[in-house]
Formats: sequence, structure tokens, C-alpha cells
Amino acid sequence: MRQVAPGLLVATLIAAIVLGALSAVLWRAGGGSGLGPADIAALKFTLVQSVLSSVISCVLAIPVARALARRAFVGRGLLITLLGAPFILPVIVAVLGLTAVFGRAGVISAALGWFGLPPVQIYGLHGVVLAHVFFNLPLATRILLQGWLSIPSERFRLAASLGMGAGPVARVLEYPMLRSFLPGALVIVFALCLSSFAVALTLGGGPRATTVELAIYEAFLFDFDLGRAAVLASVQMGLVVLAAIAALRWSGAEGFGAGMDRTIRRRDAETPLLKAQDFLVLLGVTLFLVLPLLMILLRGLPGLMDLPGTVWASLQTSAIVVFFSIIIGVGASFVLAMAAVRLGWLEGVALLGIATSPMVIGTGLFLMIHPFDAPSRYTLHVTVAANVLMALPFSLRVMLPKMREIYNNYNRLAMSLGLSHGAWIRLVLWPRMRRVTGFAAGLTGALSMGDLGVIALFASPDQATLPLQVLRLMGAYRMEDAAGAALLLMCASLAIFWLFDRGGRVDADT
Amino acid sequence: MMKHLTLVTGLVAATSAVAETPVLNVYTYDSFVSDWGPGPAVEEAFEKVCGCDLQFTGAGDGAALLARLKLEGARTEADVVLGLDTSLIGAARESGLFAPASVSADYTLPVAWSDDMFVPFDWGYFAFVGNKGGKSPSSIAELAASDAKIIIQDPRSSTPGLGLLMWVKAAYGDDAPQIWADLSDNIVTVTKGWSEAYGLFLEGEADLVLSYTTSPAYHLIAEEDDSKQALPFTEGHYMQIEVAGKAAATDQPELADQFLQFVVSDAFQQVIPTTNWMYPAVTPAAGLPEGFDTLIQPEKSLLIASDQADALRDVALGEWLAALSK
Amino acid sequence: MLTLDKVLIKNGDFRLKADMLIPRGASVAVIGPSGGGKSTLLGAIAGFNEVAEGSITWNGAVISDLPPHKRPMAILFQDNNFFPHLTVAQNVGLGLDPSLKLTVAQRRLVSAALEKTGLHGYEERKPGSLSGGQQGRVALARVLVQQREIILLDEPFAALGPALKTEMLTLVQDLTREIGATLLMVSHEPEDARLICEQTVLVAEGAATGPFDTAKLLADPPQPLREYLGANR
Repeated sequence: MRQVAPGLLVATLIAAIVLGALSAVLWRAGGGSGLGPADIAALKFTLVQSVLSSVISCVLAIPVARALARRAFVGRGLLITLLGAPFILPVIVAVLGLTAVFGRAGVISAALGWFGLPPVQIYGLHGVVLAHVFFNLPLATRILLQGWLSIPSERFRLAASLGMGAGPVARVLEYPMLRSFLPGALVIVFALCLSSFAVALTLGGGPRATTVELAIYEAFLFDFDLGRAAVLASVQMGLVVLAAIAALRWSGAEGFGAGMDRTIRRRDAETPLLKAQDFLVLLGVTLFLVLPLLMILLRGLPGLMDLPGTVWASLQTSAIVVFFSIIIGVGASFVLAMAAVRLGWLEGVALLGIATSPMVIGTGLFLMIHPFDAPSRYTLHVTVAANVLMALPFSLRVMLPKMREIYNNYNRLAMSLGLSHGAWIRLVLWPRMRRVTGFAAGLTGALSMGDLGVIALFASPDQATLPLQVLRLMGAYRMEDAAGAALLLMCASLAIFWLFDRGGRVDADT
Repeated sequence: MMKHLTLVTGLVAATSAVAETPVLNVYTYDSFVSDWGPGPAVEEAFEKVCGCDLQFTGAGDGAALLARLKLEGARTEADVVLGLDTSLIGAARESGLFAPASVSADYTLPVAWSDDMFVPFDWGYFAFVGNKGGKSPSSIAELAASDAKIIIQDPRSSTPGLGLLMWVKAAYGDDAPQIWADLSDNIVTVTKGWSEAYGLFLEGEADLVLSYTTSPAYHLIAEEDDSKQALPFTEGHYMQIEVAGKAAATDQPELADQFLQFVVSDAFQQVIPTTNWMYPAVTPAAGLPEGFDTLIQPEKSLLIASDQADALRDVALGEWLAALSK
Repeated sequence: MLTLDKVLIKNGDFRLKADMLIPRGASVAVIGPSGGGKSTLLGAIAGFNEVAEGSITWNGAVISDLPPHKRPMAILFQDNNFFPHLTVAQNVGLGLDPSLKLTVAQRRLVSAALEKTGLHGYEERKPGSLSGGQQGRVALARVLVQQREIILLDEPFAALGPALKTEMLTLVQDLTREIGATLLMVSHEPEDARLICEQTVLVAEGAATGPFDTAKLLADPPQPLREYLGANR
């Protein structure tokens, strides 16, 4: 009971916040209203781009994860850390980085120009998919890499002793692993792409690329039709829930925890052809992910030198938000993971946070607070809550497999010794979970740092977070300062991630 | 450090502001209150004369501002709402959340202004902005026929986007769908808001971007860069007039009236040009800042009356969607 | 005396009947075919498997409804007998105080136990840095400080080589005698049983029977045991 009670409480809270926010909007609207043909078209486009984006991200992640799993090389650790970068970038920064590479005036178009070729056309469905792959390929790769590392090295040894080549190894060992890991990766990427808004619109090239999230925005701001906004948000949530149920039927337990620094000598992969293949795959993905980051760096450097003082103040505000997001988010995730060892469906509850439109959650929370006090006094509270909700599915996925392993291996011993619940957490869970907890904290922190979240909905002048400040700088024509602040934001996100990930590893025995 | 601590306290326990001086709550759009917007200077100037505490609350853009007010309804804390524009006035009036205001001023607007509820504080013309020496069509029609690449904003999520929608409708009426069809191959992309569009334009993603005739003034005055130009179009330019209004539910009606009158005074108006990069509604005694004289002056101002704007808006959006979704 | 009174153990779909008396201070081997239910039997005695019918008593007191750590026994599993992130001394200390707040006297007991098991000087090492034999000694040192009346061994030394295993079993025998404990030990090697257990319980075909005299049982094994022993005999 003590194992599941806090987790159940957290799950109830999540459900209460998400469903409460949704009901608050519905209640204020006096009921839902029907969807028009434009909404149906938005739904269709959203589904198409989400399915394409998630399938392509995950399919491309297979060779990348395999290459990382079976090759040891200098800089492998660095590459894996860099893989985390796009995922934690604020959307607007990433879009500018991507256009600097793939846009009409980007690096690639310039190169084509030398040969007298026309510029690349990034705007359209393929541009949306490209951006989503940029964001989510690294995430999918990490999930699948964890899958590869979950195959015991003895199996590969056995395969080598039987003289199995790369083909049979793929069939006998890798395919079954993928069957259990791919669905989870697909669902989480699908959920993320479903609520995409600015990326889809900016790179989509026009109203053809209207997503459900934009339709919600439109219903809310353009028509003030709260009922339609709530119905659209419910449809969006329903889609994620359906996808999650489908994935749960297909897959077992998986995650993408820490512990990526192990490679297994793979004799089946030691042919020149496969070596060349892995090299090219890794080179390609490195270029694809690093070039936009490099452009953000180059554009940001001139502005970074003399950033306005308020940017540093907003960095402080962000740091406070990040601090509380980490404490609450990781704590919630820890107890949720403890409970989810017994009650697997709890992981589905955690998904609610990314399955629901931030616009609707923000508005709902606003409506819930308003009868009691001025919502603007709770800007940072609400921002923290939104960050926690958003990061929870990821940190839970990081922690749960390790938590399961600890319970499987040591619960009996602890019971026979009579470890109290407190002693079990203090002496066993915490030390053994520290490393993945550090990773989860880094991820939560970096995501909270980069997310604009709901703060734009009700910010007071002196409570701007760094992402909001970037947006404000851009809104005030100060593109160079904005680029500098964006670079600062990227560095801060990566630094937080690195700090916690490292901190968890120092002196950790696992 | 103090601010730092205040923020921490604010997070740990909600502090209730204890104020002995009266507080005037002004809701406005986010970029107004940013450190680079008019907010800080306006606050300082007004607090000098009012013996009160002026508190700004930022909420997205003009549309978000109105939505915010509607969400709060009669229980709103707002005393004054600043930053709605001509396309939102109709909906704002209908909401019943605003009270009449009696402010008199010699407006220097290109159109006559008489409204018993909303006080204009600045205005501007929408325009396509590009680089000098680059593509420079002289009308919307010529632009549509040319191969110039443009970036515009989505009318559903952005004020300039909606402005262009009304511009085309005001200039072309029933022929608007054809103009949009012709424009569709010029449009590189449609962005969520002005910032994304302008950012992409500066990155070189398009020849022209939908912005304001005053945009080159920023580059000229703040960056000493005279390479940007706004294109004068023969159809005329659609106007945006930004207004402030008194919340019907205000608990500081006198203070609110005082602020609205302050809005049209020199102290407020002289801040506008180089912070909001718009024209002041009442030209201050010192005149416009140097550099504003280089801006283009449209021969014709277009503006659809606020009582017709609402109905027309939905028709125009339908046409826009239909033309660009092909 | 450990009594299993018409006990029915359920472990998923698996069922095992047991009805036996084990005298206090006895050393009993539990043998039988693989999958026959040896671990299930020990699990039920230790409190990890559900006793659906009947009861288990120790010296007349019912223990089958107590949680594992309230039962008068120490158990060693096939693996995971210590926490790899805690030091050797901490792992042993858990046997004295599961919240690991040890008094000076308790610390001395830990040192003494480690000395007795030949691990003097290894207090601050982590189990992972020790050899297989030394790891076994860490587990036994904890059993020693636990001072329980019953010791259950579920093949904790199965992975060790023959010489090392014999050494461990001899150590187990010494410790058992020192504490005066009753020993139940799962084994699939008749030799282990012969070495330290005068009596043997046979677990096969859904029932645990015995205890029998080890020497006699192995000299003339009943049918299921005969099949299991096969060429080993």
C-alpha cells in the first residue's frame, strides 16, 4: 500500500488538473459545440503529419541506434549527449536553426546555388515532417538504444559462437527487441507531434498545414468559442489515449534510461560493409542534428556579448522555475514509478500531460484559479505545474525500467530482512535510482528551461522566463539580441541537462 | 537580489499585495510591457502624476487580451484595457465589458475618430517591407502577378495577418478570392505571429514580409541601417488603430478616466514612436522623432468600420482559407 | 520443532502439498527434480509464497500468517543476497538493524562476524569487488549476526566450484552449530546433502515428503528420485 499510495495520489492529481482544466473550459462554455469542416480538415492534416513524423522518426532511429549500440568510437558519449539537444530546444529557436540550414537562404540552398541549382523548398508537409524528425529522431534513438542495451551481452556472445551473421542476429535478437520497444517510441513521438503548432504552421507553408492545436487557438482567440476549443482538445486527447492503448497491446515494458556508455563487441557486425554503413549513418545523423545547432551558435554569438540586463534577470526567473519543476517533477515521477511497478496503467495517466492542448490546460487552470484569486499571482506556479505535466511522461519512462529491476531483484531480500518502507527508500531505492534520477532531473530541467508553456498566456512584466524574453526581443525587432538570448537558452538547457546527468553518475554504484 | 527573493516567496506562498496607495490595473499585450516596449516609461510617467501604483498585466496579443477579459467577465481585476485594435472593437463593444469614456483630444489620425468608448493611442499602416534594391511591386495586384516571395502571418493567430485579410477585402471586395489565388504562389509560408515572420525575412527567407510602414524606422533609428523599405501600394494601405478602454467592472473609475486622458497626453504619446514603432494618435508638441520623416506616406487610408468588420471578417477568412488550401 | 500441518502452497498455477515435522536443530536437505517445487517450499516457509490451506508452526506457534521478517528465520536466495551499492559491513549490519542505525556494540558484532567468515579487513569494500566465494561469505556473515533459529538456503552457492562450495557448506555447518539453528537447504547435488544433512525432504510430484534419513534415502531412492538422480547415483 505504501508503495502505491503516493503514486496513486500523484496520478489522481494529474488527472484532476488535466480533466479539471478541460471541464472548467467546457463548463464556462456551457457545453461543447460541434466541429466544422475546417476542424475536420485540421484533424486530418494533424493525423497525417503526426503519423508520418512519428513513423519516419522511429524508422530512421533504428539504424542510428543500432550503429551506436554496436560501435565504440571516440566521441560516442559526446554524440549521445548532443542527441539530447534538439529535443530540449525551444521551438522558435529550433525553427530558425532549421531554416538557416534548409531554408531558401540556408546553407544547403547556398551550396546548390554554386552549381546553378534552385534553392531547397522546405515549406510544406515535408518541411513539417523534417522539423518533427529533427526534434524526435534523437528521442526515438535514445529509446531504441536502450532497447539494444537491454539485450544481454551473453546473447550476442552465443550468437557469435554459433557463427550468426548480421542477418540472423537481426532476425533472432534485434527484431523481437524492436517489437517491444518500437510501439512505445511511436506513441510518445506521435503524442508530441499531435500538439505541434508553431512548427507545423511556420514550415507548413500555409493554412493547408492547419493542425488541431491551431484550430484550438483559433476557436479560443478568433471566435472565443470555448466549447469548440474543449471538444477539439478532447479529440486530441482521445487520439493519444487510443494510440497509447494500441502501443501497450503491442509492447512490453521499456524505457530510455541512463547507462548508455556500454558497447558490446559485435562480431556479427565486423564486416567492412556494415562498418561503412554505420559510419555513414552516424555521419549523416550528426550533420543533420548538429548543423542547425551550429547555425544557432553562429547567429547567437554576436548578440551574446552584450545582452540586455533583463535577459539575465529572466534567466534567473527561469532558473527558479526550473528548480521547482525539477523538485516536484522528479519527486512525482519517483513515486509514480514506485506505484507503476505494480500498476502498469499508471504510465498511461502520465501521458495525459502531453496529450492535452497547453492552450486548454492554461485556460482551464486560469478559470479554476480566477474565482479565488488573481491568476497573474500564480503565473510561476502554473508554469511549474505545466512543466511538470509535460516532463512527467519522459522522466517516468526513464525511471520505471530501473525501478522495476530494483523491485524484482531486491524486494524479497528487503522483506526477509524486514526493511521498513523508509529504510527501503533510503538504503536501496534512492542509491540505486540516483543515476536515472539524475538523468530524469536533467531532462525535466532542460525541458522546463526551454518551454514557453503557458506563461505567455498570463505573464506579468517582471516575471518573464527566458523563452518568453526571446519572444519579446523578437517582437521588439531586436533579432540579434534574440539570437543571443536563444543561444544562452540553448546553453542553459544543455548545462542543466549535463549537470544533473553527471551529478547522478558521480559515485553512483549501479 | 530582492527581486529574486520576491519571486521565490511568490512561488512558495502566494503573497497578497498589500497596497496603501490605490492600484490601477492595466491589461495590455505582452510586447507593450516588455523592457523594450512603452510600458516602463509609461508607468514611470503616470505614477509621477497619479499618486497611485500602475500595474501592467501582459497577455499575448490583442486577441488574447480580449479573450482574457471575456474569461474573467465581470469579475475582472482590470481597470483599463490597452491594446485592442480596430478589428477587435466590434467584439469588445458587444461583450458589454467596457464602460463609456469621455476623453477629448486633437487626434492626428488620418481618419476622423469619434467613439464614446475607446480611446486611440497609436496607429500605423500595414505594408510589405523589403530590402532596398530588391523586389518592389507597386500594388497588391502587381505583387500577385510577380515572382516576389513573401511571408505573411496567419489571420487566425496574428493581428497583421488579420490586417492583410481586411486590406485585400477593403481594396478588392468581391474580387478578393481571385487576388488570394494569384498571391498563393508568392507566399513562402504563413507564420503564427509577426515575430516569426519578421525573423524569417531577416534571415533572407523571402523578398518581402507583411509588417508596418514604420518598420524601416526601427532599423534606421535603432540600428542606423537604411537598407529596409516599406513599399507604397496604389490600392492604399489598411490601417491599424490601437485603442484603450475602461473596464465596466473597474473599482477605480476616476483613476481609469485619469489614465485614459493621460494616454492622449504628450507624456504618453512621445514614448510611442521609438518603443512601439507606431505613429502616436496625437502628435506630441516636439513632433515625430528624426527618421520618421523618411517613411512612406500612403495616398489612401483603408479602414473598414468596426460595425461591419466582424461580419466581413468571417467571409474574408473563408475566402482566404479556400484560396490557400488548394 | 517446525511443523507443516496439511499445508497447501499456491504459486500461480502451481500447487504443492506438504505435511511434515522437522525437529529443532536438525540439518535437512531439500532435494527433488528441477521444477518440482523446492524453492516454492522454502518460499512458503519464509513467507514469500501463499499458504492456501493448513498452517506452519514453530515450537507450537503459528508463523504462516507472519510477514517474512517476523518469522524466526534467515534466508539466502540463489542470487541478489546483498545490495551491491552498500559496503560489506553495511550489508551485514542490515541483519542487525534494517534501518542501519547501528550502535557501537552492533558494529563490533558485525566485525566479529566478518572475522569469523574470513572477511576481516573487507568491511568497506563493495560486494561487487569481491570474488564469488567472498560474496558467499558476506551473506553468511549476515546470517550469523541475524541469530535466527531457522536458516533457509535456496542454493546460494550453486554458481561456485566444487571445492569452494564444499568450503561454504562446511562454514554453514559451523555457523548452524554455533547458533544452534535448524537448517533447511535446497540442493540438486546428493553429495551436498550427504556432506552436512543427516535428513532429507523429497519434493516431487506436487508433494513434499519426509524427512528421511539421508543415507538410507540415497541408498534406496523411491521412483521419482531415482529418475532424477539417474546416472548420478
